Amino acid sequence: MALTEERPLLELTAGDDEVRQPLGSFRRPTSTTGWRSWITTVDHKRIGILYGATALTFFAIGGLEALLIRAQLAQPNGQVLSPERYNQAFTMHGTTMVFLVIMPMLAAFANYLIPLQIGARDVAFPRLNALSFWIFLFGGLFLYSGAVLDQIADNGWFNYAPNSGVLYSPGHGIDFWTLGLQIAGIASLLGAVNLIVTCINMRAPGMTLMRMPIFTWMALVAQFLLLFAIPVITVALFLLMFDRLFGGNFFVVQKGADPLMWQHLFWIFGHPEVYILVLPAFGIVSEVIPVFARKPLFGYPFMVFSGIAIGFMGWGVWAHHMFASGAGPVTVAAFSLSTMFIAVPTGVKIFNWIGTLWGGKLQFTTAMCFAIALVSQFTIGGLSGVTHSISPSDWQQTDTYYIVAHFHYVLFGGSVFGIFAGFYFWWPKVFGRCLDEKIGKIHFFTWLIGFNLTFGPMHVLGLQGQPRRTATYADGMGWNLMNLLSSIGAFTIGVGFLIFIFNVVKSRNNVVTDPDPWDARTLEWATSSPPPAHNFDISPTVSSLDEWWHRKYELGDDHKLHRREHPESFTAATPPENIHLPSPSYWPLIIAAGLPFIGWGLIYSYWLAGFGGLLTFVGIYGLVLEPSVDPDAGHHGHADTHDTHEPEPAAVVAGAAEAEEDADQ
Amino acid sequence: MTDTIVHAPIPDQSEGHHTSTGLSNEKLAMWAFLGSECLLFGGLISVFLIYRNKPVGVGPKVSQIYDIPFTSVSSFVLLMSSLTMVLALAGIQRGDHRRARIWILTTAALGATFVAGQVYEFTSFVREGLGYTTNLQSSAFYTLTGFHGVHVTIGIIMLLSLYTLSLRGNLPTEKAETVEIVGLYWHFVDVVWILIFTVVYLIHP
Repeated sequence: MALTEERPLLELTAGDDEVRQPLGSFRRPTSTTGWRSWITTVDHKRIGILYGATALTFFAIGGLEALLIRAQLAQPNGQVLSPERYNQAFTMHGTTMVFLVIMPMLAAFANYLIPLQIGARDVAFPRLNALSFWIFLFGGLFLYSGAVLDQIADNGWFNYAPNSGVLYSPGHGIDFWTLGLQIAGIASLLGAVNLIVTCINMRAPGMTLMRMPIFTWMALVAQFLLLFAIPVITVALFLLMFDRLFGGNFFVVQKGADPLMWQHLFWIFGHPEVYILVLPAFGIVSEVIPVFARKPLFGYPFMVFSGIAIGFMGWGVWAHHMFASGAGPVTVAAFSLSTMFIAVPTGVKIFNWIGTLWGGKLQFTTAMCFAIALVSQFTIGGLSGVTHSISPSDWQQTDTYYIVAHFHYVLFGGSVFGIFAGFYFWWPKVFGRCLDEKIGKIHFFTWLIGFNLTFGPMHVLGLQGQPRRTATYADGMGWNLMNLLSSIGAFTIGVGFLIFIFNVVKSRNNVVTDPDPWDARTLEWATSSPPPAHNFDISPTVSSLDEWWHRKYELGDDHKLHRREHPESFTAATPPENIHLPSPSYWPLIIAAGLPFIGWGLIYSYWLAGFGGLLTFVGIYGLVLEPSVDPDAGHHGHADTHDTHEPEPAAVVAGAAEAEEDADQ
Repeated sequence: MTDTIVHAPIPDQSEGHHTSTGLSNEKLAMWAFLGSECLLFGGLISVFLIYRNKPVGVGPKVSQIYDIPFTSVSSFVLLMSSLTMVLALAGIQRGDHRRARIWILTTAALGATFVAGQVYEFTSFVREGLGYTTNLQSSAFYTLTGFHGVHVTIGIIMLLSLYTLSLRGNLPTEKAETVEIVGLYWHFVDVVWILIFTVVYLIHP
């Protein structure tokens, strides 16, 4: 007796027609095209696209902020921004790029690819997945809504207390920042739970853990890092919020608070965060390089275990962000050592990529170019990172442009280049259209030159002593040329991004008929492009790593590889009949919409918070009590009499209630 | 390398018994979530421990005004609610829905008693001059224990939801796992309280 066969619990009206209206308020969405289908979708592929599109929009915003910074610094005594605006620009640039660009872009890839790569119909909790996206979107909008009221955070992306306390930051900018990141954190947490369960529980028959594609593995490690890192920053944000809104004393040094408290809490989150940002990008290039080197990934188990090792060791290096804080010689020595050690598993990855390239028949597609650029640029960033582990050297470099150069080499040269390798590689899979290779190459070289021109000179500037987060510099310091070059580089990157957008627009007409244009290796290429809503017509079974490649090629009698005429894919001539996919729902959107009201309410008026809380609370019950599969929806034309699965109310209530509670307090 | 393909639909993987591990998705998700919660409470408890030995400028030290006998009783009440939670699960697994409902309601009532005790405790502390903003310790104390109290409250809301579902016949024996998952959360909150009670109330150097 499933719940769905009965009247929904809180059904207000009687009559057969209304049964599909949970809480008697809306008709269940049924459209499969148009805007309504996008705001109610629970399909992991569409949610992945939504994540990607949102992140690209924020990328443009964060990029404009970067250009403002570089315009200001192009010449000594810059007048483009006032010092206050300059502080806001670098704060929002960092916050946006970390929390609203790279994290959601990697979430886009993880959402889209993980179920396809492990041969599943969808993620474990499709509706929770939609909820994660909407909460992320509203968190980002909330973070930026302060700008309308000219309340913008100005304390750097790490927002050190006590400078972020009421005494030194009396406006509401920091409040928008703390609340916005708490909302976005709920999204990351729910997403992490969902994707972890998906990887562990939803694998196709035969897909053992050591047959999982490397991207899925790296994304899984990153989800575990999120699961354990997000609560730590939530604690920090939560305490800071209590300090600012309710007069707590956690970071009030005058009352005896420890001035390093925030730094510890933030960086215990912050260093795993670095690997959250880079490991999935490593996963992307580990998929791209074997395909275009025409060789299997060199040392797959080493790649997996080095990723796991990075995941563990990432928790033991946080205080290297705090060498200059006076943490004491034992602490500094211990964290110096652990920081040197973490370079080992990262080095293993670099050598394995080189091993994959070695002796391969290299095809320099745009995706491959971006992937190779990641390997080289991340190596430079990694090596400058190792120089920070030598603490006397770090004392010289800390708070200079050398640090800025370092983390842009790993996060832009690494993560973002990896993400764009992924865009060029999987674009035909997602949209059935190819990005133009020629324009792609122009994009790549514009970025390669622009990126290195922007951040290369910063190494020199940093060693010459130019401090970060300072709005101007005087003439005659010897910094003029390098700063000008850096600014020219930044605008070159901007031009490169416009070329990419042009390529995206132009790709509309570039339809590819081959669902597997790159002759790739993993399961997502074994279905049509774009894949149908149910992913695979035929249930995948897996018997090897790189399953799809093994289905395409066989060893002939002459000991040479031969491509099979008709490899067995997972598409069928007639669409399958009895597949039950969860139905779309309005409730995730409604739950998420309540959260920014709670935030505004906490800052300005508790009435608004009450309204938001009510919206979210009702939304949670709406989502939980609504059958996940609409009993009235047709399933490819056969009457549905069985197994309309209901999500366990407990798990969803717990997850969502937790979400509410985080925001409520 | 195999050439055989099973032309069968993918088993509906959201049903517990078809997953790769055999554990249901929902239960696994709750375990993952509780793992995350460990770090949330871990962070708050650490902050309290770091601030506990700092000198207080104004107001009493929180350790001077604890009412240990009172809090021991309310802790006992909360721990007993774990027992009733287990009895509720046993009831629904046996198919004895009436008894399951009684135990679910009892669990919620015991939890509510604990929360009421916490409200009383907070009020009496404030009367003794220890407000939220008074000093470093008071902020850390109220935040940690209050955060736990909110977790208990959410547990009560979930229990009452289960009660209503069961009353309407929407919690059949096949869905006993729902009760088990709420139980996981409930026991976790209890275990955290054992830690908080020991570290915050009983041990003060």
